[in-house]
Amino acid sequence: MLHTVNKSPFDRHSLERCLRTCASGNAILLIEDGVYGGIKGSIIEDKVKDAMKDVKIYALEADVNSRGIKNHIMDGIQLVDYSGFVDLTTEYDKVQSWL
Amino acid sequence: MKFGIMVSEGPYTHQAADTAYNFIAAALEKGHEIYRVFFYHDGVNNGTRLTTPPQDDRNIVKRWSELAEKHEIDLVLCVAAAQRRGIADADESKRNGKDADNMAPGFRISGLGQLLEASIQADRMVVFGD
Amino acid sequence: MEETAGEIKKIMYVNRKAPYGTIYALEALEVVLIGAAFEQDVMMIFMDDGVFQLKKEQDTKALGVKNFSPTYRALEMYDVEKIYVEKESMEVRGLTVDDLIIPVEVKSNEEVTKMMGEADVLLNF
Repeated sequence: MLHTVNKSPFDRHSLERCLRTCASGNAILLIEDGVYGGIKGSIIEDKVKDAMKDVKIYALEADVNSRGIKNHIMDGIQLVDYSGFVDLTTEYDKVQSWL
Repeated sequence: MKFGIMVSEGPYTHQAADTAYNFIAAALEKGHEIYRVFFYHDGVNNGTRLTTPPQDDRNIVKRWSELAEKHEIDLVLCVAAAQRRGIADADESKRNGKDADNMAPGFRISGLGQLLEASIQADRMVVFGD
Repeated sequence: MEETAGEIKKIMYVNRKAPYGTIYALEALEVVLIGAAFEQDVMMIFMDDGVFQLKKEQDTKALGVKNFSPTYRALEMYDVEKIYVEKESMEVRGLTVDDLIIPVEVKSNEEVTKMMGEADVLLNF
């Protein structure tokens, strides 16, 4: 299953919610304001890093770049373009959008 | 692969309509099929032809209409959600005794069954919203 | 409803938002009611603020908005029988099943993870 998170973790808890509920082997794609969840040195970094042991975490490059945080994204989070987003949805059997 | 898409937010306020559009464009580019785009909640506001953004901004509604024409994509506005928010085609407008209609080209208005049917028929359902 | 006969999908309606503050809860319920005609294997999960949708004693008179909470009681007549509430979501909000307008099955976060994994389609509201 692919999870998408589109909220800043500093405003809403949908990223933490997703981290709590996703299963080992799932993937998480941070999109829109969700990309702020991939920032290095934030209060949520440890939780995200911990999750990376079991799930792959991606961030949508267009959203990262537009927000000026490309150089702030944690190591281990892979950036994908829209084509990569489409590939992720085909690679995993379904999508859970944590709206 | 066959994709069903739900768009739950209107244009401009929230990024959902942009993300959905870019996702769909990339999927088509890769040779996938878009079975249907279903606009629900405030998402129905993606379908008003009266949208007039500034010259230097993207025209989200026009972009949908052009996509529908070019790729023959089924763009469906939920009838109940559209009625609530004042989006109508000529038939709907007449049926409800209104003096104007505003649905953009390439869209059609239909029932919620279209969302369920897309969920059943598509290989993947992707929801874009707030 | 063309070409849908014979194909049964597990559709999970994921309800995570509170009622009245936004319209998502009401319009999600409309999807579930219409969706019943398609005779799929449907389930509803209420989690996070979605559990507030099922709160008893909703009184919207002063709000000037229709109280749609009694409609959840009608779900049974639409053959929507798999209605789940996440245990942790209820607990952190100080609610128990006694506070809910309909009987539900309580599932742990772990069980929710499993159910999501088993569904074919997740419709998020």
